[in-house]
Amino acid sequence: MHRDHPTDEFGTPRVTVLSSGRRRALRIGLGGPVGSGKTATVAALCRALRAELSLAVVTNDIYTTEDAEFLLRHAVLPPERITAVETGCCPHTAIRDDISANLEAVEDLEAAVGPLDLVLLESGGDNLTATFSRGLVDAQIFVIDVAGGDKIPRKGGPGVSGSDLLVINKTDLAPLVGADLAVMARDAKAQRGELPTLFCSLVDPDGVAPIAGWVRERLARWRAH
Amino acid sequence: MSGALLLLADGRFPAGGHAHSGGAEAAVKAGLVHDADGLAAFLTGRLHTTGLTAAGLAAAAAGGFDPAGLDEAADARTPSPALRATSRRLGRQLLRAARVCWPDPVLDGLAAAYPGGAHQSVVLGLAARAAALAPADAALAAAHESVNGPATACTRLLGLDPYQVVAVLARLAPELDLVAEAATRAAAEAVRRQDAQPLPAASAPLLDLFAERHNAWKVRLFAS
Amino acid sequence: MAGALTVPAPPAAPAARIVAALDGREDQITVLPVLSGAGPLALRRLRAGQRTGPAEVALVGAMAAPLGGDRIAVSVRVEAGARLRVTSVAATVSLPGPQPGPAWYDVELAVAAGAVLEWLPEPVVAAAGSHLLLTTRITLDAGARLRYREEQILGRRHDWTVHGVPGRLTSRLTVRQAGRLILDQQTDLGPGAPGWDGPAVLAGHRAAGQLLTVGLPCTAPSEECAALLALPGTDAHLLVAVAPDGLALRRLLTGPL
Repeated sequence: MHRDHPTDEFGTPRVTVLSSGRRRALRIGLGGPVGSGKTATVAALCRALRAELSLAVVTNDIYTTEDAEFLLRHAVLPPERITAVETGCCPHTAIRDDISANLEAVEDLEAAVGPLDLVLLESGGDNLTATFSRGLVDAQIFVIDVAGGDKIPRKGGPGVSGSDLLVINKTDLAPLVGADLAVMARDAKAQRGELPTLFCSLVDPDGVAPIAGWVRERLARWRAH
Repeated sequence: MSGALLLLADGRFPAGGHAHSGGAEAAVKAGLVHDADGLAAFLTGRLHTTGLTAAGLAAAAAGGFDPAGLDEAADARTPSPALRATSRRLGRQLLRAARVCWPDPVLDGLAAAYPGGAHQSVVLGLAARAAALAPADAALAAAHESVNGPATACTRLLGLDPYQVVAVLARLAPELDLVAEAATRAAAEAVRRQDAQPLPAASAPLLDLFAERHNAWKVRLFAS
Repeated sequence: MAGALTVPAPPAAPAARIVAALDGREDQITVLPVLSGAGPLALRRLRAGQRTGPAEVALVGAMAAPLGGDRIAVSVRVEAGARLRVTSVAATVSLPGPQPGPAWYDVELAVAAGAVLEWLPEPVVAAAGSHLLLTTRITLDAGARLRYREEQILGRRHDWTVHGVPGRLTSRLTVRQAGRLILDQQTDLGPGAPGWDGPAVLAGHRAAGQLLTVGLPCTAPSEECAALLALPGTDAHLLVAVAPDGLALRRLLTGPL
């Protein structure tokens, strides 16, 4: 189905061109602990970007198709643009060790409703070590929230330290849970160096704007590449 | 050539199997499997029915039997539509990995002929052939796959002691060899006669019922 | 295991034969130009040559059979446009023979275009110590219609109370439709069949059966121990069921119809 480019800069085999010769959609993964707001971020991104981009979403629920159904119920995209992948108790396996089901889902979406500009892949809620394989996504966003405790950035882990974008969500709750945003920003900086971190509150009307801006910028780079 | 066999049969080979329980999730939900003994009984039944059938198909594919004929034979041996869909989905995922590991025009042709996926057992046999493995190797890998996936699923579903689970698998190993040998003999006969009839068609009533029941659930941990 | 059906069978026995065909002179009337019993199987014409409804034949076990070592065969052909219903007057009880070893029961059913066959015999019951190898080959031309029921009961009450085990039934069912194989299924139930009583195969159920419907109406069951499976062919459905006993099984297979 695909023509392979031999490797990327890390030596990982990459598939970037469809058999039609068209460049495939940019794939962005969203991971993070249960309840940090991954699905809400996906929904908000869809609403912010759907007018300007051709979008699709793949969800990786832990034991239901609940996340896919949330997106369907809130009609952020037409149903044919949302696919749920089942993960057999191991959401991190499906996004990292054995990505075949997710790759099939992405390719089926591209075949069914393509051409696509952007595919968002949402992982099932998992622990801080779960990250996406670079064979599956081009960039990944790790979503944590202030209610999970302001120590999370300091604890680090591959998601916090290595993701292309760290989103610290629910800043509106910081005073209520006694989280110190300055401490979180400092720890994130220490863990991530030059990699960007965004604080946001998706309950604000335009709360997703900074994340949407980051996605637009990644897409521009992807297209120029 | 056992290095390639170990790779192909490894549960970590990225071919999608980790998300499937082979009917174990439905059996656990029905209260029929709740401990290591129940798991052993479940695996014995699965190995000698759908495991044997898959092993025969895999060995025949590895032995050069026409893949289209085997696809029809596999369809006929899988009356449950849910299981046919699962087998083709897993076949497609396995083919993706196999084509990267052992590039072969036969595998490319299979992908082109079955864009929705060929049956998993047939793909397994052709992958084995592409890896220069023998039909007996393909049969053994299929038999192993038929019990390893559900065993892993039960470790997760029931929180079984993993040492007990591997001990169950170890006790089954001699039966695995027997099933693979029977499948290999039948496949050799099928290849010789160019007729799928000698291939095992063993089935289990409850595995078909479990598959259909599970497919209708809204809340589940495994895809099948 | 696979080996079960490769035990060398005794020489093929003459088969009981039924041929159903349209009466050449009067359209739509099914007659039975061939109706011949063989061995322990007698055939009784219940109904034929009438303007409405199918011809009907009952299988009658004329002596205790099958016993271990027996080879019984039935062959049925329904020619274009004809309609035939086959039943049996009693359950077929598989019994052990004078020497150890299985019995063979071969069924050949062929249905031509526009013809209808209803094959609705009473169950096969495996008595303790018996082993029956049941082989059924169904060949359907394009446009043939079929209702085929099979019920397998593991043991009579007596077998369980006295012997604690039933007999063994190894059954292979092969169905071709317009040349395409649409079902090839073997079940191996009873002592000697690995895992037969376990949670993947029967899990304590003592009866298993199915109703295959091709080109005729069928209904999905509501019970958990039955399922309606759409086969790969054209308008072919297999209702599969397991039950604690024969009565419950019959309800599952006929209830929704």
